Amino acid sequence: MSVLSELNVGETGVVIALDLPDSVQNHLMHMGFVPDALVTALRRAPAGDPTVYSVDGLEIALRRDTAGAIRVRGAEADLLHDQKKRREKIEAAR
Amino acid sequence: MNPCCDVPVFEAPQPSADSALHTVVLIGPPNAGKSTLFNRLTGLRQKVANYPGVTVEQRKGLMSGVGRDDLTLIDLPGVYSLNPSSEDARVAVNVLRGKMPGTPRPDAILLVLDSVHLTRQLMLAAPVLALGLPTLVLLNMSDLMASRGGSIDPLKLARELGAPVAQISAARGTGLDAVPLFLNRCSLPAGAQRAAEQKLILPVLGNAASTHSWAAQVSRKTGYRAPLSAEGSRKLDNILLHRVWGPLLFLAVVIGVFEVVFAIGQPLSDGFGEILARAGDLVRPFLPAGWLQSLVLDGIWKGISSILVFLPQILLLFLFIGILEDSGYLARAALIADRVMRTVGLNGKAFIPLLSAYACAVPAIMATRTIENKRDRFATILVTPFMTCSARLPVYILLIAAFVPNTTYLHGFVGLRAMTMLGLYVAGFVAAMTTAHLLKSSILKSSETPFILELPQYRRPTLRALSMRLVDRARIFIRQAGTVILAVTIALWILAHLPIIHTAAGTWTAPELAESLIGRLGHLIEPAIAPLGFNWKIGIGLISSVLAREVMVSTMGTLYGADPSTQALNLQTALHHDMTLGGALALMIFFAFAMQCTSTMAVVRRETNSWKWPALQFGYMLALAYAAAFVVNHLVMAFHG
Repeated sequence: MSVLSELNVGETGVVIALDLPDSVQNHLMHMGFVPDALVTALRRAPAGDPTVYSVDGLEIALRRDTAGAIRVRGAEADLLHDQKKRREKIEAAR
Repeated sequence: MNPCCDVPVFEAPQPSADSALHTVVLIGPPNAGKSTLFNRLTGLRQKVANYPGVTVEQRKGLMSGVGRDDLTLIDLPGVYSLNPSSEDARVAVNVLRGKMPGTPRPDAILLVLDSVHLTRQLMLAAPVLALGLPTLVLLNMSDLMASRGGSIDPLKLARELGAPVAQISAARGTGLDAVPLFLNRCSLPAGAQRAAEQKLILPVLGNAASTHSWAAQVSRKTGYRAPLSAEGSRKLDNILLHRVWGPLLFLAVVIGVFEVVFAIGQPLSDGFGEILARAGDLVRPFLPAGWLQSLVLDGIWKGISSILVFLPQILLLFLFIGILEDSGYLARAALIADRVMRTVGLNGKAFIPLLSAYACAVPAIMATRTIENKRDRFATILVTPFMTCSARLPVYILLIAAFVPNTTYLHGFVGLRAMTMLGLYVAGFVAAMTTAHLLKSSILKSSETPFILELPQYRRPTLRALSMRLVDRARIFIRQAGTVILAVTIALWILAHLPIIHTAAGTWTAPELAESLIGRLGHLIEPAIAPLGFNWKIGIGLISSVLAREVMVSTMGTLYGADPSTQALNLQTALHHDMTLGGALALMIFFAFAMQCTSTMAVVRRETNSWKWPALQFGYMLALAYAAAFVVNHLVMAFHG
């Protein structure tokens, strides 16, 4: 178990919980940071912080201290596999 | 495809005068394309105002192209949920429930969702549908969705939601027929409307996790397939957010904007000024010589055209900021700037208003609304007027041309005049940052607030949206010139021509400038400003420029024009004879720091909902300007003799 800010660029985690004040938590949840959501660290800002995360098809930038309050676990291989397969299916459908 | 295939088709009924439908609201999450749709549905027939007592903007307009012209459309602020956590959401909830004073309870809702991120966007559908008002769900950006291989069954979605669903593209204007179809159906007597066939199953409202799983379930059931994420945007970000190229391009963009505004805008403004002056000359023969001609041409027309000449430059600056914003780059700029802004206690979102403040502080202060934390927002509002706005330019240009020699260094690449100008810009920026740091470590201290920034996909800005912005901006600017500035110039002219003196020859004539009412006022404040190296004429200019900085130039023109000893000289030479170098440099630095703009004060009062903040801001900036001008004047006197 770790926190979102510890993900390296390119890694994906599954959200477990958000340890943030209610209003912030609510805001983030409506942007897709809900339990079981897959979050990928996409890139860091040129200064090294904030980091851009991809969640639910959306790109959201969070500072290290906010991302540090979002608990995640490593995405199991099958989840990633699922996503890859789905992507291939979409490609095929096109 | 008929987007309303789920509803029985009626012959478009003739709306009856007593139809129950009057007010329609538009609601949707941020970036769902709500404003584009609002512009489509209302054309230019819209009004922007503030809701009473809050700082949330209310946009409403009469709908056009729906077969009736008595329907009011209200554009609610973009919200992710109806949890009244932010001021925007509180306003949205109050309007939807009919509890907003002065705004009638809506009769129907248009819910705009971005089909590219439908699952997440459906989270807003739950609380909106729970209101029980007739609702049309509009899945926007259907063109983008289709081109990227996503799909949805609107029929199934309509069944799941118990509300009609239409796929539209607000940017292209496709699928919008569904709106009049829906509205005409709402206009029918209640009995004719089909009752929902099945009970609508909604999640526990207010619980984000439950709402999310409901939304996920609905989108699964309706065969929603999210389109592939835009590889184009990611590839572009690989460059624009690159560790090295990102900041460099960012700097290039900021510098480029200035370059263009000066290089293209200056000649445009000069040409425009020429046209305005010629227009005045054309009218001259038609006015009887005497006080009327003097009032109309030398007073009013000169005063107003001295402001109007800045219109091309200001519009150009707004055009660039509009392009940056609409294309999605400004969000990246905020991301890059976050690190720097954090060192003074602000966050990257403050960068956007500060950049637009280079054009004008008024829209910049309105742009601070994107900053969620109230203290951060107030701090940004308070430092925004330090940024060198376009109204300071004419004053700087005039004084630099009069006092700074046109010497160049390094083979003509670096000019002393350009460096002076740059120095003034830097002084304003440094003052803004230092003040922000002061505020954030004292009266506006807050626990560090999270920075949550959505990076939208890059989009090509549409000509329509850009021109709409510019028309809006030009309208406000011209209205200002036609009201405040008109009033000031008339008042100045009158004060400079009173009291009328009865001459020995038996005729009535205007007094010497020094003896006029305005001259006496200038002399009255002279002791206070003498230590800064300013004489009484500058004093009058300072008083009149409290209304707007650019008024300084037209006031100086009027005053030196009215004085026989300087009448023959042009304004630059007249100033050169009348001021010391120390006084001139002090005047520039005074303008860099002082808050001389009633429009800004009015907008700060509106946005902070109290006179306390604009008063504090005015006092602080005046004190800083006075102290800095004092120091500059005395330093120059000490070194320059």
